[in-house]
Amino acid sequence: MKSAWLAGTALILGLVWASAAFLRLDPAGLFAAGTLGAFGKFVGEFFPPDLSAPFLSQIAWGTLETLAISAVATLLAALGGIMIALPAAGRFGPLPQLASRFVLNALRSIPELVFAALMVLAAGLGPFAGTLALALHTTGVLGRLFAEALENAPSEPADALVNSGASRVSVFFYATLPGVLPQCVAYSLYRWEINIRMAAVLGFVGAGGLGQMLYVSLSLFHSPQACSVILAMLLIVMLVDEASALLRRSMA
Amino acid sequence: MQVAAALAPAERDPARWARVAIVTLALLLLWPGIRLTEFNPAALVDPANLRVMGQFLGQFFPPALSQEFLLLVGRSTLETLAIANVGIALAFLVAFPLSIATTAVLSQSSLGPARDAGLRRAIRYPLRLFVILLRGIPELVWALLLVRAVGLGATAGVLALAITYGGMLAKVYAEIYESTGTRAARALMESGSGRVQAFFYGVLPSSMREMVSYTVYRWECAVRASVIMGFVGAGGLGQQLELSMRMLNGAEACTFLATFLLLVMLADAVSNFFRRALA
Amino acid sequence: MTAAVALALKRLTVMREGERRALDGVVLSIRPGERVAVIGPSGAGKTTLLRVLATALRQTDGSVEILGTDPWALDAGARRRLRARIGLIHQAPPLPPRQRVVTAVLAGRLGSWPLWKALVSLAYPLDMAGARAELARLDLSDRLFDRCDRLSGGQAQRVGIARVLYQQPELILADEPVSALDPALANHTVGVLAAEAQARGVTLFASLHAVDLALAHFPRIVGLRDGRVAFDLPTEQIDAQRLDQLYSQEGYLPTQEGRPFEASRNRPLQSPLCK
Repeated sequence: MKSAWLAGTALILGLVWASAAFLRLDPAGLFAAGTLGAFGKFVGEFFPPDLSAPFLSQIAWGTLETLAISAVATLLAALGGIMIALPAAGRFGPLPQLASRFVLNALRSIPELVFAALMVLAAGLGPFAGTLALALHTTGVLGRLFAEALENAPSEPADALVNSGASRVSVFFYATLPGVLPQCVAYSLYRWEINIRMAAVLGFVGAGGLGQMLYVSLSLFHSPQACSVILAMLLIVMLVDEASALLRRSMA
Repeated sequence: MQVAAALAPAERDPARWARVAIVTLALLLLWPGIRLTEFNPAALVDPANLRVMGQFLGQFFPPALSQEFLLLVGRSTLETLAIANVGIALAFLVAFPLSIATTAVLSQSSLGPARDAGLRRAIRYPLRLFVILLRGIPELVWALLLVRAVGLGATAGVLALAITYGGMLAKVYAEIYESTGTRAARALMESGSGRVQAFFYGVLPSSMREMVSYTVYRWECAVRASVIMGFVGAGGLGQQLELSMRMLNGAEACTFLATFLLLVMLADAVSNFFRRALA
Repeated sequence: MTAAVALALKRLTVMREGERRALDGVVLSIRPGERVAVIGPSGAGKTTLLRVLATALRQTDGSVEILGTDPWALDAGARRRLRARIGLIHQAPPLPPRQRVVTAVLAGRLGSWPLWKALVSLAYPLDMAGARAELARLDLSDRLFDRCDRLSGGQAQRVGIARVLYQQPELILADEPVSALDPALANHTVGVLAAEAQARGVTLFASLHAVDLALAHFPRIVGLRDGRVAFDLPTEQIDAQRLDQLYSQEGYLPTQEGRPFEASRNRPLQSPLCK
């Protein structure tokens, strides 16, 4: 047992050393006096943050835009997710099930940022591209979760309505959906929380929100403004963390 | 029966106002949401956009597979993996001491009035705040900043991972100590051992497995993150993918994207394997 | 459209789990408007029989004719229309937990409502008076706007009955419809069900665990045992010997009170509840 831990540690150290060598990292250069000085100067430029009223109102606007992107994207994804989850849960036979699972997996494994870069091509620069990108990735995530919820939901309520002659659509709305809705809402809220954080950085590739503000101010060397944007992001992340912890505690 | 009596002349659903209110509220929230996101599906079918997108996606097949290009793909894949490895290693170096310093398990004052309790608290709380600062800013933001500080390339990615994941690991390690090692540490501290001794003899042995397991999981996330950080110039596969997307080179983008998906699947499998072996 | 027979089963056989015969050559014919109870020990095949009659389960062998047609010879649309004419009351009513009682009852008529009406009714219940009227028969009209998961087991069972009454089917099937109710309420509820069936001229076919309830409210009794019809007689002709034979495995006659059914061998049976 001890030797296994030892061998493992040695292997990891070797891997890390090899990786560092491959990257030609230069820790000495990084901590040399000159670099440290330059670094200090770089950091110093960010302070004090720009807290002028007009810029703060811009930040408030960017924050709202970020929240809107995440909310609309999560809503779109929830709708898209349930639509793909139905075939993915096997409601329309095996072939549609296979196809829709493939679609969900593809959407889920491509990161939001890649989608954002693509959507900037498809819809132009701005928050709409970010919304679409987030929605696409989240559709994959939520679709899979919804499909699992559908598969695990008891089928008796739906069977009973089928046996009283109800059509498939009305069975869905009267029995299937009420059964899975609470779970789907919980998943969507959880995903919204993640999406708020993501929406804040998607703008780096031109997809709107606070991210785009940060990118622009850094590109223009407006470091104090960049600092305020970063502080706003930090605030959002911490507030969302607190809010979701509070919500979870109150629901538990 | 009193059926007739039950048939009140004009029955109303008691939930109607609540429903109207919810729908109104939803619409009131949705409208600014749609305006703020500049929601405009027409942009998707705009001929100019369609042409660009069509051309780009049209080039996806066949993907670029020339030998020279595949060498580049291989090198940037290795670079991504190396960034994740070194990043996680540095993150561990950041997180380990921070987790010992900030965990509540090893708090002397929890045993009763301790000497210089005020001083201890004065050290612990700023450290906790520091941890929040590390992980509160997404790695992508750190990467964007560091690219400007140390230049394009892997170094920025490694440092960004070290910072954000250092904060995450520090927080989770501290939570692991609190969930597994409380009793043994308490016994040691009550018999007068110091914080660090109590940690190594009381807490670490029972927390080790879970810590390793979580670190492996974070490594898997780091692989994904190091690709994504490439998009802002922090080296590896992501930087190449972003470049080929910006050049609208669909064939190359397709190969990079496929490699990325493969890499993520692989990292997922490796991490699952190790975590199952540890469980 | 009234068929000469409401239900006609010929040599009905259903295999479950491979070789076991849940139903074995059941022959049964029920006229429109008849009220028939099926009794028998647990595992006799009562639920399977009801599921076949509700077209929820397809027989392995033999023929089924429900309301004049073979459900499995119909195309999907026609079968759906047939199902709208059959109401099945479940032992444990399958109601979505967060749905309101009014919606759960109105769902009974989804088979005859057009889709738009079904969808509008989800947002604003379209026939609250109708739902309340059916619930009132079962003394539940005050729970109209409660959520289904706030109901007791017995209340949920009665909501299930109200849904089927609201459906206005030509054939009501009931699978242990009052198993969760206390004896007095069970007696009352089966009475309501039987009276409604009679008043509407609807065929009623119910499985009951409690023999006394069957004897009290149904003119015709079918005894089912090991998937076969043990007897099929007017209630007056049921005597203690037949019942003893039917339930010989269980050792006693299940009744409302759960205590042995006391009856002398020589007199026709009288339920304690229908004195």
